[in-house]
Amino acid sequence: MDDFSAKNDLLHFYGVAVTSRLLVGTAQYPSPAILAAALRASHAEIVTVSLRREAGGGRAGESFWELIRSLGLRVLPNTAGCRTVKEAVATAQMARELFGTPWIKLEVIGEEDLLAPDVFGLVEAARILCDDGFQVFPYTTEDLVVAEKLLDAGCKVLMPWGAPIGSGRGLNNLFGLRAMRAHFPDIPLVIDAGLGAPSQAAQALELGYDAVLLNTAIARAGDPVAMARAFAAACDAGRTAFRALPMEPRDMAEPSTPVLGKAFT
Amino acid sequence: MKIVVNGEIFEAQSSDLDALLAELDYEPALVATAVNENFVRGKERAKTPLREGDRVEILTPRQGG
Repeated sequence: MDDFSAKNDLLHFYGVAVTSRLLVGTAQYPSPAILAAALRASHAEIVTVSLRREAGGGRAGESFWELIRSLGLRVLPNTAGCRTVKEAVATAQMARELFGTPWIKLEVIGEEDLLAPDVFGLVEAARILCDDGFQVFPYTTEDLVVAEKLLDAGCKVLMPWGAPIGSGRGLNNLFGLRAMRAHFPDIPLVIDAGLGAPSQAAQALELGYDAVLLNTAIARAGDPVAMARAFAAACDAGRTAFRALPMEPRDMAEPSTPVLGKAFT
Repeated sequence: MKIVVNGEIFEAQSSDLDALLAELDYEPALVATAVNENFVRGKERAKTPLREGDRVEILTPRQGG
């Protein structure tokens, strides 16, 4: 069974190897202490962070950044809320300087109700940032044409949504996500956004997705630390199940107890 | 000189971005800056003049999803 342990099952993002299949956001937690405890319980190795305006001279931001550094986690800064290519590119450049990483979770939002990616702006921004040396994690849809263009632009990871950000609806388009996995067997694929329950994370990993990224489902749970533990267990279960090759479903029953030797026949 | 800092109108005494950070009591190493939606590196702030109506963003690390 050692063959199935996580330490023999590395996931690579731009040459960086991780074992955890769970990436988590750092927003919306009731307190810094609960954030820290939940991050530990999640066993996540990568956390998302952001950049915002601050009145206090930068000191509040620094205390948050110190907390993240003290946990020894790798950060994936985002361009959350950006609505134009120019905003997203400038935010990415600011994040690279402040956090000291070429990684960027690229969001270009095109629509308010679903916070749907503006895939046209996304591809354009991805090209600019990849050309500038960034390692881009694009928040996208399951559209294969857009995905191909993101790879052409230089992205080596794709992060399709499961469902709209913060909705907790799980995997909205199973057919599309299966097709994406089948179409890109060798590209790291991360379900980003829309997951609400650990069973949905397990489902994503059972489908063969390499990892999931979520925030609200843990941060807004009644007990974020326990929920972080539940998501970690679900990701382990889903990944192990995927590697163990699940049986094919069939339409008709087939007895599991041997028929041969049954009495009264 | 009236400029816009983080979305608010501000009557600035400073003539460059580096001086503006000091005027506003920001710790320069803890922030990232942009003028008119163009990123300005830390080491370029002193060489970045401010003009009437400029839109300055001063950002710090924050929780994110």
